[in-house]
Amino acid sequence: MKPDLTANCAGIVSPNPFWLASAPPTNTGEQVMRAFEAGWGGAVWKTLGQPIQNVTSRFGALRHPAARTIGFNNIELITDRSLEVNFREIAAVKKRFPERAVVVSLMFETEAEWKDAIERSIDAGADGLELNFGCPHGMCERGMGSAVGQEPKINERITSWVSALSSIPVIVKLTPNVHDIRPHGLAAQRGGADGVSLINTVKSIIGVDIDRLIPQPIVGDLGTNGGYCGPAVKPIALHMLAALSRDERFHLPLSGIGGISNWRDAVEFLLLGASCVQVCTEVMLHGYRVVEDMLDGLEGYMREHQFYTLEDFVGRAVAACSDWGDLDLNHELVARIDADQCIGCYDCVVACADGGHQCIARAPDGAPRVPQVDEEECVGCNLCEIVCPVPGCITMTAIDNGFAPASWNDHLTHGARLRPKKGSHG
Amino acid sequence: MRPTTSAEQTKPGVQEYKVPLNANQARVEAARCLFCDDAPCVKACPTSIDVPQFIRKITTGNLWGSARTILQANVLGRSCARVCPVEELCVGDCVLNEDGRAPIQIGRLQRFATDYAFARGWRYAEAGPASGRSVALVGGGPASLAAAHQLRIFGHSCTIYEKRSRLGGLNASGIAPYKMTDEIAMEEVDWVLGIGGIEVRTGIEVGCDISLEELEQDHDAIFIGAGLGADTLLTDLPGSELGGIEGAVDFIERAKSGCVDLRRVKRALVIGGGNTALDAVRLLVRILPPGGDVRLLYRGDAAVMPGYAHELAAARVEGVGMHWHTQPVAFLGEIDEESGQPRIHALRCTRTDDRKRPIPGTEHTLACDLVILAIGQSPAVARIASTPGLEFVGGCLRVDATGATGRPGVFAGGDCVNGGTEVVQAVKEGMRAAVTIDEYLKGVER
Ligand SMILES: Cc1cc2nc3c(=O)[nH]c(=O)nc-3n(C[C@H](O)[C@H](O)[C@H](O)COP(=O)(O)OP(=O)(O)OC[C@H]3O[C@@H](n4cnc5c(N)ncnc54)[C@H](O)[C@@H]3O)c2cc1C
Ligand SMILES: Cc1cc2nc3c(=O)[nH]c(=O)nc-3n(C[C@H](O)[C@H](O)[C@H](O)COP(=O)(O)O)c2cc1C
Ligand code: SF4
Repeated sequence: MKPDLTANCAGIVSPNPFWLASAPPTNTGEQVMRAFEAGWGGAVWKTLGQPIQNVTSRFGALRHPAARTIGFNNIELITDRSLEVNFREIAAVKKRFPERAVVVSLMFETEAEWKDAIERSIDAGADGLELNFGCPHGMCERGMGSAVGQEPKINERITSWVSALSSIPVIVKLTPNVHDIRPHGLAAQRGGADGVSLINTVKSIIGVDIDRLIPQPIVGDLGTNGGYCGPAVKPIALHMLAALSRDERFHLPLSGIGGISNWRDAVEFLLLGASCVQVCTEVMLHGYRVVEDMLDGLEGYMREHQFYTLEDFVGRAVAACSDWGDLDLNHELVARIDADQCIGCYDCVVACADGGHQCIARAPDGAPRVPQVDEEECVGCNLCEIVCPVPGCITMTAIDNGFAPASWNDHLTHGARLRPKKGSHG
Repeated sequence: MRPTTSAEQTKPGVQEYKVPLNANQARVEAARCLFCDDAPCVKACPTSIDVPQFIRKITTGNLWGSARTILQANVLGRSCARVCPVEELCVGDCVLNEDGRAPIQIGRLQRFATDYAFARGWRYAEAGPASGRSVALVGGGPASLAAAHQLRIFGHSCTIYEKRSRLGGLNASGIAPYKMTDEIAMEEVDWVLGIGGIEVRTGIEVGCDISLEELEQDHDAIFIGAGLGADTLLTDLPGSELGGIEGAVDFIERAKSGCVDLRRVKRALVIGGGNTALDAVRLLVRILPPGGDVRLLYRGDAAVMPGYAHELAAARVEGVGMHWHTQPVAFLGEIDEESGQPRIHALRCTRTDDRKRPIPGTEHTLACDLVILAIGQSPAVARIASTPGLEFVGGCLRVDATGATGRPGVFAGGDCVNGGTEVVQAVKEGMRAAVTIDEYLKGVER
């Protein structure tokens, strides 16, 4: 049976869970139509609002030595095109692609402005609204974007205006620039939202031009903080997603955003409770065509795991998200190096010596260059496995130490017995 | 310590030339790909495989999708991964060459993805709803296999008529064994037939056992994918009947099945300047007894030979000697002690000028005990070609840009049309003709 990729997030149905996030790739109707031709299931239109003016340059990148961008930063604002043009194009897209999800992202100040934009979005045929309470630069200096997302009361108030006015589903897009995401998700829920999407970009300075002595991206002779996104923010997004998924008070559907570059990333978000995902940076870097791998990669994954619908696995990793105090302290792993696969780089040796627990030794002179792990001292931190350039060469192997499972909380509450510590070298 | 990648053994003494990548090597190599837009490698591929896309999918571990991208564009993508002259096609056009960096090893990555898919029995295409129409395919080589697979997707039933005892064509019998074993080619034949609804009738030579007109009675359309015929031999030269003189295609086929006895061969001469000649010399250096001497004889030189430069360079590295501007005039024999039959022991040659004409007074003799003739193949379709409406020009069947011949309902592709190029070209022409045949069948009244 061919897996069914149909997604339903907050009542918005799309043929697959891959939506474009509100950003440059959804700036115009012509672009969104090309994206839909490439296979995207939905698109959140570039945020609409009162007219703004953008700067140049707008972007910065955090690069890996292999010239690959792993983090991306922007100081762009919301749409700089007129509302008339945007609504006309939204209607045209919806007419040509009725089965794809078109969600309109909005950011306004007054209730009257919100009301006008909501009515025009509905008239244009939008399937839902996304409230941009997340933009961490520029707009927040004017009391919008993350300035709303960081204040649960304002978030709740605006969400309730919109929910009251809207006949289509309302998704609140949250900012990660808060110390705990949960009060903000709950505020949206109290305001009557139908779903929550997260994350918008993370407040950041991407780098400093060390010759001109100016932070990047440079506009004239100045720089400013921007919004960070791309692969590097995925761990932050996953954590915030899991925090809301785990919260028993929170019941809204979630749309996952942040650093999704391929089908694998998307599956991780789905497993932590997202019912659809949104992508921006990867499309900006490589084009709409990246959706092809997302689609058949997800299909291959579902076939392999015998999942036939997204419901079969959405949220399936949430139950395994736990607190530190509940982890089993007696679970014992040691690093084992497969001599046949080892190429003798000794990257693990130096990592363990300087950043681990000094328990990997170089081979004796004249012997093959295969490092030796002292399993008596190995703390099982997996630093060596991380630095090893040959996947599968170092495996973290569970050993039976005879101790029954015991967490810190077990130890505190009923004195459960803990195994002796390793790696302290006396 | 890490062993170097295991070289698959083909026939004894013949190691695979381009060894497979393991998963880590494939991932690292794939990650180097720039994922170009409007990529030159795609344009260089006759079947337009979306190379950047299939490589990207290797980086994400999406091998299901990677092999799908390949095999949907080219059903014989697994053979092509091994046998394509990638240096002349996709790899040669990789933009990294422009930057003086090593190009992406596209063929080896394609092999990684398709081998993975085959090991798991993945299939991507299903036969379409039955159209009630049937198509006869003449010959069971790459062109017909690709056409039949595509015709099944359109729902037409197919019958392949093959004069030999098995399918695969030259992709099974002709490919040098250090490039691909015929087991791989035959696995792929089974995979193609796995779509179902392709009847196979071996041992039937169209134009001899059954005429084209008879096929027309039984089928709604015909695809001719008969390839080229037997090796051209120098029968007008004195001594051509001696033992030890063989056609290259025939020799390679017999060498692949282990049916040649080279124990007493010390010096082999291969005559010709094309890729078949280069395959023959490169095969011989691998299978002659130690100390054997292999030389190529060609009436032009490296600059004008039709064989690929990368193959010539590899042959040189492997120790093949070259006699440029040289052409045979007679085969000289003596009685072979073991068999009591006359056998070649030297070749009488003449030098040629820049226009490949013999230069008088330059005759000389080269000792040898094996001569392989790689000077071309005769047309296989000569008999069929006399059917009214079919045009036969320069040994090739004439078709239009869609693969249609001048005879309504008869289509053609592959070596018999292009005069002999590559497997990937035959696949492209087979798939193209299938689309044309489908349109033709839709338009024909019942
Ligand atoms: C020595 C050699 C090495 C080669 N190496 C490479 C390589 O490394 N890479 C590459 O890409 N290409 C290579 N090629 C070329 C490649 O093999 C061909 O281009 C390709 O096989 C052509 O496919 P085809 O289907 O047109 O013809 P073929 O493969 O020739 O298949 C035609 C089939 O039709 C059958 N047939 C012929 N006449 C009739 C008839 N009247 N009735 C019924 N059946 C008939 C034949 O028996 C044969 O099985 C090589 C060719 C040779 C000769
Ligand atoms: C250049 C740029 C412009 C963006 N503009 C908007 C916007 O107008 N509205 C919005 O809600 N989010 C905007 N975002 C944030 C993205 O929608 C998304 O939440 C964020 O980039 C994280 O996803 P990613 O890692 O896939 O890029 C923008 C991001 C970038 C890089
Ligand atoms: S990406 Fe396009 S718009 Fe941006 S700077 Fe380059 S050319 Fe200009």
